[in-house]
Amino acid sequence: MTDLSSWVIPLLLACISLWALREKINVYEALTDGAAEGLRILLRIFPHLLALLTAIAMFRASGGLDLLTQWLRPVLEAVGIPSETAALVLLRPFSGSGGLAIGSELIATYGPDSTIGRTAAVMLGCTETTFYTIAVYFGAAGIKKLRHTIPAALVADIAGFLAAAWCVKWMF
Amino acid sequence: MSMAFVVTGLFLFSLLFGASTGKMAHVSAAALSGAASAVELCLSMVGSLCLWNGVMTVLERSSLGFYLGRALRVVLRRLFPKGGQDAETLTALSGNMSANLLGLGNAATPMGIRAATRMAAGCGGVASNELCRLVVLNTASVQLLPTTVAALRSAAGCQTPLDILPAVWLSSLISVAAGLSAAKLLERWVK
Repeated sequence: MTDLSSWVIPLLLACISLWALREKINVYEALTDGAAEGLRILLRIFPHLLALLTAIAMFRASGGLDLLTQWLRPVLEAVGIPSETAALVLLRPFSGSGGLAIGSELIATYGPDSTIGRTAAVMLGCTETTFYTIAVYFGAAGIKKLRHTIPAALVADIAGFLAAAWCVKWMF
Repeated sequence: MSMAFVVTGLFLFSLLFGASTGKMAHVSAAALSGAASAVELCLSMVGSLCLWNGVMTVLERSSLGFYLGRALRVVLRRLFPKGGQDAETLTALSGNMSANLLGLGNAATPMGIRAATRMAAGCGGVASNELCRLVVLNTASVQLLPTTVAALRSAAGCQTPLDILPAVWLSSLISVAAGLSAAKLLERWVK
């Protein structure tokens, strides 16, 4: 598994640039344009990370995060989700940068290759900022009556969290 | 606005818990180290995040992006039988989905909004079944390469940041399937 996945990046880079070059696309320009866009993304999320990582670090140091985790532990453990990810599960649907901040905390604290670190990464990878997305789309389209959108989107989130925990347990 | 409550709540609870457990020195130190860790995190992410964004832009500009969009149309016509009849909506939908798959969120949102606006015309402000489906599809992210997460893992010193790919794909599929099924079930009950 680890052997195979170390092939992914070099193979992707070589194949994609070769394919694009064959079509006379300026690969270098596309690569640097995309990189510049990446920098803009980072600039946009940095202020959020700063605010939230500060608040979360304080909350953790005060013992509040442990308390929150303790409350949610029985529920999460019963369905097979590591209880350390409680804060991530709670915040992810509301805030993309908040979820990212908590996820990065979990990955740094427990290690990227730990079960908790991997579960947090997969959870971040398979869910979105549900409420933000709903607000943006329906706001732009002028929709006032959402009908069943929120429950359906939350079902997708919950299924994603459960599947993330189960997949990590099963695959690693 | 909701984040204002989250942050204020966190600050307030930290103060109260810190006072009650006598850990105020820790809380105070954590405020500064937390801010510093945000800078560290961004610096250690910037390399891989920009690299992946660059690679995905190459993909988008090559014919691979075009093929992806064409393959998606088959699926999209089934998911959006009404909206899919309009050629321009279908183009916006397939652009939205392929940008989502490539992880280019900035490109996905404007195209998704375009599709949503066209589909909402004549709805009278009430979300149609297809509109709900579009939003559910967009709230359950399906990505070929979860680049931000990969960047996070590399930043934490991971040698194989993409070894979670199969797990992310499978969980995303389960999440989307659950969301779409829930929408299908609920649309009969919620008028």
